[in-house]
Amino acid sequence: MQREPRAASLAVMGHSTVTRRSILKALAASAAALALRPLGAFASTAPVLKPIPSSGELLPVVGLGSWITFNVGSDPGLRDECAAVMRAFFAAGGRMIDSSPMYGSSQAVIGHGLARLGRAAPVFSADKVWTASRQEGEPQIRRSAAHWGVGRFDLVQVHNLLGWEAHLETLFRMKEDGRLRYVGITTSEGRRHRDVEAIMLARPIDFVQVTYNVLDREVEARILPAARERGIAVIVNRPFRGGDLIRSIASHRLPPWAARAGAATWAQLLLKFVVSHPAVLCAIPATSQVAHVRENMAAATGSLPDAALRRRIAAHVESL
Amino acid sequence: MPEWWTYTISDFVHFSARAYYRVIERHNESGWPAHLLALGLGLAASAATLRAPARPARALCALVAVLWAGVAWTFFGRHFAAISWTAAIFAWLFAIEAALVAWIGAIRAGLSFSRRRRIAGGPGLALLVIAVPGYPVLAPLVGRDWRQAEIFGVAADPTAIATLGHLLLADRLRWELLAVPILWGLISGVTLWGIGSPTAWVPPLASMFALTAALHATRRDPGQAR
Repeated sequence: MQREPRAASLAVMGHSTVTRRSILKALAASAAALALRPLGAFASTAPVLKPIPSSGELLPVVGLGSWITFNVGSDPGLRDECAAVMRAFFAAGGRMIDSSPMYGSSQAVIGHGLARLGRAAPVFSADKVWTASRQEGEPQIRRSAAHWGVGRFDLVQVHNLLGWEAHLETLFRMKEDGRLRYVGITTSEGRRHRDVEAIMLARPIDFVQVTYNVLDREVEARILPAARERGIAVIVNRPFRGGDLIRSIASHRLPPWAARAGAATWAQLLLKFVVSHPAVLCAIPATSQVAHVRENMAAATGSLPDAALRRRIAAHVESL
Repeated sequence: MPEWWTYTISDFVHFSARAYYRVIERHNESGWPAHLLALGLGLAASAATLRAPARPARALCALVAVLWAGVAWTFFGRHFAAISWTAAIFAWLFAIEAALVAWIGAIRAGLSFSRRRRIAGGPGLALLVIAVPGYPVLAPLVGRDWRQAEIFGVAADPTAIATLGHLLLADRLRWELLAVPILWGLISGVTLWGIGSPTAWVPPLASMFALTAALHATRRDPGQAR
């Protein structure tokens, strides 16, 4: 299925061509999202929102990943800690939570958190299909949805392109039937970028998830431009290289000009670098700590670096 | 697996140190106070091995087999499975060792000890000391809670290391019984390194130590090997 190139999408903090239809869609989606948020859950500073190009629906630029951090099994104490992270996430205006069957018990722990918070939690549920078997795809998605306690996912992605041809067929069919809203693919740590790009050019996917951070910028060359050209939303994983990036620079003083980017910590500066790219919809850092999720969500507020400041951030971190 | 060379250990370890040691803590909670019995049995078994009774160590082997089976069933099957799909594989590995020790040692009476003829007495004793009285104190030594201590007969690593110690104190090398605990030390080390545990080096070092001692014994006396 070929897809016509779309006009570049509007970014709330940015620029580019918009249509009346996309504005109306965006306003409707925002109103729906705001209506779902319980009283008292409004952040004092709301996060920056960007639209999903294929629908105009607005999402905050920082989401929540669940790789490793939410794989805590059946431990009641650790599950409640994860629920507390989710509570803080939603309270700060967060919406997208990302998981996968590959992440062990993470899906069930997310479901536990959603149940604790009440079904009014304004979650944008993003999960993955991860099986080489075509036949196993739909049953696996159903099991995942049962773990989450959701009737359907907002977004299902083919995890690391495993069985992508068969699964994309399944996902497009499910989308047509209304059993999910968006279709995507994922990769990580720079793997299979050629295949990812080829799929982006050939298939009408809504999302692509890739690794992107201040040191791993390979996607800037081809994938991010292709995403803008094709109107595909970009989710960024490993914005901190799993925490290694922050640990490696934490001993260095945050440069004074970081305040121009609205960043008070290294984590916020690194996140703002990622989410300020025009092609990026959101990043999904994973954490098991309430303080860190608040810090991350704070990065989604205020100003975002422009191109010159982004270059300065990259150069500075590379020099450390 | 495309671009397999780009994968690292952390890609295959899907849980954090926090979750892993909490699994050990819950495993300990569920079995308490059996740990005291296991520790006592471990010390008694070590003493019996060092005393080196003249007859084959059927009872010792039966005990060790039961403990390996117990770790397979209770630790991997019930607790570790909650955070890792590899639990089933590791449970089978421990079950295989339990079966081998039971068959060769307890049923066929194929393992015996002699004070005058040990494969590697010093290394064997060292491994017993590390595994039985030593391992429980590792947790507080590296800043973890006592409730997360790993105890012989209850936790995988000290059970494997103690078994290596017993086997090195035997009068004949049994490679078929050494293989699994040596392999487990390597697997455990990789897993612990993947989660950033400060004690990740202990199991693989114990495995390499035992392997080196066994190979040295083989070279010294080719009749040792079976």
